[in-house]
Amino acid sequence: MLTAQFLLLGAVLFCIGVYGVLARKNAVMVLMSIELILNSVNLNLLAFSVRHGSVDGNTFALYIIAIAAAEVGVGLAMVLLIYRNRRTIALDDLSEMKG
Amino acid sequence: MLAADLLVAQNIGFGIIALLMVVGALRVVTVNNVVHAALWLVVVLSGAAAQYLLLSAEFVAITQVLVYVGAVMVLFLFGTMLTRARIGAENDLNNKNWKIAIPVSLLMLGVMSWVIVDGFRDEKLIENPGEMSQVPIQLISDDIFGPYLLPFWALSFVLLVAVIGAIVLARKD
Repeated sequence: MLTAQFLLLGAVLFCIGVYGVLARKNAVMVLMSIELILNSVNLNLLAFSVRHGSVDGNTFALYIIAIAAAEVGVGLAMVLLIYRNRRTIALDDLSEMKG
Repeated sequence: MLAADLLVAQNIGFGIIALLMVVGALRVVTVNNVVHAALWLVVVLSGAAAQYLLLSAEFVAITQVLVYVGAVMVLFLFGTMLTRARIGAENDLNNKNWKIAIPVSLLMLGVMSWVIVDGFRDEKLIENPGEMSQVPIQLISDDIFGPYLLPFWALSFVLLVAVIGAIVLARKD
């Protein structure tokens, strides 16, 4: 197995996630795309962990999984709050803080 | 080069799983039904867990299945069902200017692939495939409770704040 094949898979997933964040209007879909991005980073960390023969990458991957879980929890709570106040979660409509 | 050094079975497995993951990820960002997108995300996350197994990181793979496929997906489905009355296909999931995102992400992909291919070329992940053994969980815990103890504390605090914040945000009063 080559190092580059895992890194390339991570890059492809990362770019698909970035596309999702940019293109999607629905807030839940944007959160899903962020999950794609975080997973691609995890893939890179584990590949480098194997490449350097150390377990540090595994530790970081576990930390990232925990951070992602916290992020989804808070993010969905915010989405529910926005939906309750405005009856929509389309990100285009949330423009009060626009300069 | 010896046949054993090529790891044919692992490479075939990697290719199949990688294809599944890329197709699933593309469906996540293109399908026009939120529940279907969540289910395609399950495919991608399970594929990621399988790749972690190929990288001999069993503990991370199991945590991935437990946390992502188990907990996060349930959260997503709850979020979907609580924020819309009907569940089905919709036409307005994309921004007005969503087409701009295609060249942006393709440009990023081009630059990243160029750097990766230029930097690693045909470097092997591990010189001696026979040495690739599973990561002992004891080493991971020594790592977490040794040099990375401070980030672990910070992480515990972040989780506490996230739990309290989610309750405060979602409470009705």
